[in-house]
Amino acid sequence: MAKTMTSAAPGKLERHGLTDEQLRAIFRNMLMQRQLDNRGFQLNRQGKIPFALGSEGHEAIQAGAAMAFDRGKDVLAPYYRDLGLALGIGFTPLEVMLSLFARAADHNGGRQFPNHYSSRRIGMMSFSSILAAQIPHAVGAAYAIKYRKEAGRAVLVTFGEGTTSEGEWHESLNFAAVHALPIVFLCENNQWAISTPVDKQMGQPEVWKRGAGYGMPAERFDGFDPLATYDVVRRAMERARSCGGPTLVEGMCYRFLSHSTDDDDRTYRTKEEVDRNRQHDPVPRFERVLVENAIMTAADVDSMKKDVLRETNAATDEAEALPYAPPSELYTNVYEGAYEPWQ
Amino acid sequence: MSKATRAKPDFERHGLSNEQLVQMLWTMLMQRTLENRGFQLNRQGKIPFASASEGHEAVQAGAAMAFERGKDILVPYYRDLGLALGIGLTPYEVLLSLFARADDHSAGRQFPHHYASRRLGLHTISSVIAAQMPHAVGAAFAFKARGEAGRAVLTTFGDGATSEGEWHESLNFAAVHKLPVVFLCENNEWAISTPQRLQMAVADVAARAEGYGMPGESVDGFDVLACYVAVKRAMDRARGGGGPTLVEAKCYRFLSHTTDDDDRTYRSREEVDERRKDDPVPKFERLLVENGVLSEDELVGVQRRVLAAANDATDRAETMPYAEPSELYTRLYEGPWEPWR
Amino acid sequence: MAVATPAKTMTNVEAVRSTLYDALKRDDRIVILGEDVGNRGNVFLITKGFIDEFGPERIIDTPIAEASIVGIAIGMAMEGLRPIAEIQFADFIYPAFNQIVGEAAKTRYRSNGEYTCPLVIRTPYGGGVRGALSHSVSIEALFYHVPGLTILAPSTPRDIKGLLNAAIEANDPVLFLEHKRTYRLIKDEVPDEYYTVPIGKANVSKVGHQLTVVSYGLYAHQALDAAHRLEEEDHSVEVIDLRSIRPMDRSTILESVRKTRKLLIVHEDNKFGGIGAEISAMVAEEALFDLDAPIRRLCGPDVPAMGYALPLEEEFMISTERMVDAMREMVTF
Repeated sequence: MAKTMTSAAPGKLERHGLTDEQLRAIFRNMLMQRQLDNRGFQLNRQGKIPFALGSEGHEAIQAGAAMAFDRGKDVLAPYYRDLGLALGIGFTPLEVMLSLFARAADHNGGRQFPNHYSSRRIGMMSFSSILAAQIPHAVGAAYAIKYRKEAGRAVLVTFGEGTTSEGEWHESLNFAAVHALPIVFLCENNQWAISTPVDKQMGQPEVWKRGAGYGMPAERFDGFDPLATYDVVRRAMERARSCGGPTLVEGMCYRFLSHSTDDDDRTYRTKEEVDRNRQHDPVPRFERVLVENAIMTAADVDSMKKDVLRETNAATDEAEALPYAPPSELYTNVYEGAYEPWQ
Repeated sequence: MSKATRAKPDFERHGLSNEQLVQMLWTMLMQRTLENRGFQLNRQGKIPFASASEGHEAVQAGAAMAFERGKDILVPYYRDLGLALGIGLTPYEVLLSLFARADDHSAGRQFPHHYASRRLGLHTISSVIAAQMPHAVGAAFAFKARGEAGRAVLTTFGDGATSEGEWHESLNFAAVHKLPVVFLCENNEWAISTPQRLQMAVADVAARAEGYGMPGESVDGFDVLACYVAVKRAMDRARGGGGPTLVEAKCYRFLSHTTDDDDRTYRSREEVDERRKDDPVPKFERLLVENGVLSEDELVGVQRRVLAAANDATDRAETMPYAEPSELYTRLYEGPWEPWR
Repeated sequence: MAVATPAKTMTNVEAVRSTLYDALKRDDRIVILGEDVGNRGNVFLITKGFIDEFGPERIIDTPIAEASIVGIAIGMAMEGLRPIAEIQFADFIYPAFNQIVGEAAKTRYRSNGEYTCPLVIRTPYGGGVRGALSHSVSIEALFYHVPGLTILAPSTPRDIKGLLNAAIEANDPVLFLEHKRTYRLIKDEVPDEYYTVPIGKANVSKVGHQLTVVSYGLYAHQALDAAHRLEEEDHSVEVIDLRSIRPMDRSTILESVRKTRKLLIVHEDNKFGGIGAEISAMVAEEALFDLDAPIRRLCGPDVPAMGYALPLEEEFMISTERMVDAMREMVTF
């Protein structure tokens, strides 16, 4: 049985050098992630899209990590539960909705599953649904950065705790350590790999403890706290950017929703467990932190929420009205140049 | 050598009888003799290939003594000549493998030293690094599922294998299910031409154990008694329901990887000569003589018997026939098989 | 050749080596990664000495981990390097199957062109070298089903240079197969200058009019020898060396078959589901009524691999004599 996340109650604000504006940006990112995440589930229940994935519970980790990402320099190799990270490094709500609706104007022309974003523009690498398959790619990208001596750049790669069981996870951490590559391995430990709890995933429950076995620093933090996340990920990214090699960091969070719209978590975990973890929901918790520390007023929060909802609605409407790719697009971008498939 | 345990200078025999100690020496000497025989036969043009295990004698003889014949399972890799001998494979069987004769367990299908024997509980393996490790874990799962307490699986691999994804997946699964399996790393510092520092960023493979939630231990792989103790302890833990252990025995590969390799292209003679000074075989011979387990004469007798047995096995195996060409088409599925050709 | 161009005689293995060397000299985005490619200079000594000249940053001795050798090369390729990954023996490629099939081949497609994967994966394959069950397999049929991949299997030093250059230039993943038995067996003149051989273009290595033989790799040479022998019996056999397995040169095969009206396919890989099956199906679809004899395939038998013992290997491999017999039967059909 997965443990309940415990975390310090909101109180004194340790802002780790972040300005009020940055703190508000983190919060807005968290609100937007939750709004879009829920919108995906709603659109699915309305029969408008066949599939959506849940990332509720990951808002703090992702908004905090995104704030430690240097736009235009760093590279993100995400996994499919990284809606908030994508938003936080510059993906727009419209781009998210284009992915959900699989429209022609989507980055991949509607080929990929929802939430499988990529964007050359913001340095977000393309990935598949195969667990851990993106991790060697991230290591290769870090190798390219080191090889070209591009100091000041780093790769951030993310994955859930289930992915740590894959062989490619191990191979990637080992190679990155041998070559002291500029990369941060961020585990978003939400305690459930679809229906598999941590105690069936690994023989001891702490991912970060594997760092020592690869010869890299490692750290665990409260993934319901965006500022703790920011602090840990920023230090790790700074170490990577300044040729200090890789770091393994593990943020503890919880997956509030089912794995996806095709999953029903009531078949494998209790509602009590979910409710217990909900009490620590990072979104209202960070809202209280900001209000109690007078970064935002209740009215500011209210207006931000309305703004996020309005933007979500606008993105939904705009994406929904756009066309699918024509069927002939099935045959493009198989190879560079013209391609005549046998058919 | 970090955290390595050694036999005490005053000869702690760890409960082993003189007979067992001499048996370990026999295994070490026979391993070395047969393995050199493989290289000789290759240089004579009699066999196309042999692989080397010189330097692994202490690890393997020690581990074999911790293996309970008729109960435990061994899932080896291709450098485990001594382990195979130590659990009961005969020199003649080894030579049948080297000559790829029809009477070989695989009927000459497999590369040399890729032994398998149902009789001994010795699993069949391929040449693909770490591919055998999930099999070992599966075998251990079967023991546990059937409630066969008192049985354990010993699986072995080199330092290079620790980089494979299947290595990680195997240790992780074994730890989750607390399976009766011992992971024995024969760390000889070289994966063909790749030194340990390019293989991993840590000094000890055993340092990975904690991350899986299992005990880990590094041991001097040139010390046969230390290897016996470490593997015995781990096997007993496994047999008693205590779950898996990662044991790392630090040794050295004295020869090239195989007869197709030439280690002069990637490491210095000085390095190899330096490590030869700690050669585990003469070291164990001295230990037994100095402690009165064997007289000098008795030692010479053991050496002679080993050589005579190796020669006899060579001569017998060489005269045996190859398998018929039609054997290419057998044992693909159960029952008859008509291949498209 | 009308104008003599400077050329050197080299074996297949030397052609791989010299092409890689020139590529490293030409383009500093190129890195080579794989097991034992640096210190040892590859198990066949193809990259011997490269690490001293180009440094360990470009000639990377990897840990033994094939999935990540390919996976890391994919990431390098996505971020602007031009990696050449090596799988030490084709038999060891299976752990990398997902990275090749699920990732590399789909990178351009799944990102709709935003990300590409200009990657070469070189690997020695094939038998006749006493390689037993894990050092002798052919792998092309496991991969040729996959759109997005390019699969090349040149058989001569000249084609190795031209196609390896083309593979390195290509902006898509290429699986580059080198037959181990041909490494030191096959020798020919190779022009000094830089050139490419077009991907997807077969080579008619001998013109004839009674039978078309399609082959590649080691057997492309044996098939040519067999065809020359039949010449002495006044039989005229056309031999096509495929060189490129995907994309496949349909038009050269069809043009030849329409002329000779008979088709024999020879390959070392298993017959069942092999490359010959696709060629047969294609010719049956496109040119059935041009044929004067049933299509025939002379291929490796449908067993997992050749055994180590000599008789088991000989039984698996197809001798030139067997090719001569099969060709004679077909021309006199």
